[in-house]
Amino acid sequence: MSPRTRAGADLLRIDPAVETGRIVAGIRDAVFDRFRRRGAVVGVSGGIDSSVVAFLCVRALGRDRVQVLLMPERESSGESLRLGRLVAESLDAGSVVEDISPILEGARCYQRRDAAVREVVPEYGEGYKCKIVLPGPSDASRYSIFSVVTESPGGETKKARLTPDAYLAIVAATNFKQRARKMIEYHYADLLQYAVAGTPNRLEHELGFFVKNGDGAADLKPIAHLYKSQVYALAAWLGVPAEIRTQVPTTDTYPLEQSQEEFYFTVPLEQMDLCLYGMTRDIGAAELAGLAGMDAEQVERVYGIIRSARRAARYLSAPPVIVG
Amino acid sequence: MRLETDTTRTVRAFVVDNFLFGRDEGFGDTDSFLESGIVDSTGVLQLVAFLEATYGITISDEELVPDNLDSIQNIARFLGGKLAG
Repeated sequence: MSPRTRAGADLLRIDPAVETGRIVAGIRDAVFDRFRRRGAVVGVSGGIDSSVVAFLCVRALGRDRVQVLLMPERESSGESLRLGRLVAESLDAGSVVEDISPILEGARCYQRRDAAVREVVPEYGEGYKCKIVLPGPSDASRYSIFSVVTESPGGETKKARLTPDAYLAIVAATNFKQRARKMIEYHYADLLQYAVAGTPNRLEHELGFFVKNGDGAADLKPIAHLYKSQVYALAAWLGVPAEIRTQVPTTDTYPLEQSQEEFYFTVPLEQMDLCLYGMTRDIGAAELAGLAGMDAEQVERVYGIIRSARRAARYLSAPPVIVG
Repeated sequence: MRLETDTTRTVRAFVVDNFLFGRDEGFGDTDSFLESGIVDSTGVLQLVAFLEATYGITISDEELVPDNLDSIQNIARFLGGKLAG
């Protein structure tokens, strides 16, 4: 890490003990006092965010009052389930595995998505894998528009720009995954009289990188005020297993592994953190560039992404409008 | 500049219909789509698909830049060059 990025990282430094104390008090207040629920349900993906939320909930409510849910589907990486189990075991908390594949098959999630992929890659079929990606930061001046990457059973990859209809159809189909998981979480919340703890971090929450009524839905969001690097700091302090803290974050939504950077952030998460911090505090692109180890043009581009993401997030986060 | 006039009119009709939901609220030919917030990443995809289908052109990844696509006037100028070439 360069001295400049170290200076940038210092801006986001938190005291994990103090922060944990604050969050734990907030979880107790929300679950027991505000909602009068007996505990919390946490859907654990094996990623850093949901792991930290599970650890915080156990610390706040006790392991007997936290229900960990592991909800793989047929395209999930096997690692997700293994790491999710590792979280539950580390916490000695109750966990249940709910395979959501049959729900997704019933909703024709895979079928709808595959048909949309075939609109731009006609040969896409049995045994193929896909993901959708954005251009990277090297394409600084270009619009961020989505392409699909496919991999044939023989390992041949192809990248094709998506048509608007195909893009919307792929997103609408894959969003079933997050919504099916949330449905299961609320099933357990009803069953146990628990509240649902959501797992978005600040980047996801503020920029709308979640599915409305999917992973965006929750009764409480314990880490939605924390930048991703702060979540990592908390994870280390809470004792989240190193294996979870050191893996590269993925969306685990498409059959081909898709990093969060290529799906929506387009720059490394530490830099995205600093750009969001910079925008929130009205720090100019040139000044932030020095702190983030980026050039000013790149920062301007990310600021642009943040502005449009915030606009889109308004709809995603809006409660229903009571008309009349 | 008849081409530009026709193009401007056609593109404006598409923008008003798709991004302003039929309400032409004084959106200017030089107004930035991104700055005004009327076009998001899905909107750019829609705009590109419309231009390719309407004018029988292929827009390369390198051409997907605001200079070419961020206002009605930029699009008209970009199309002028593209169709002339």
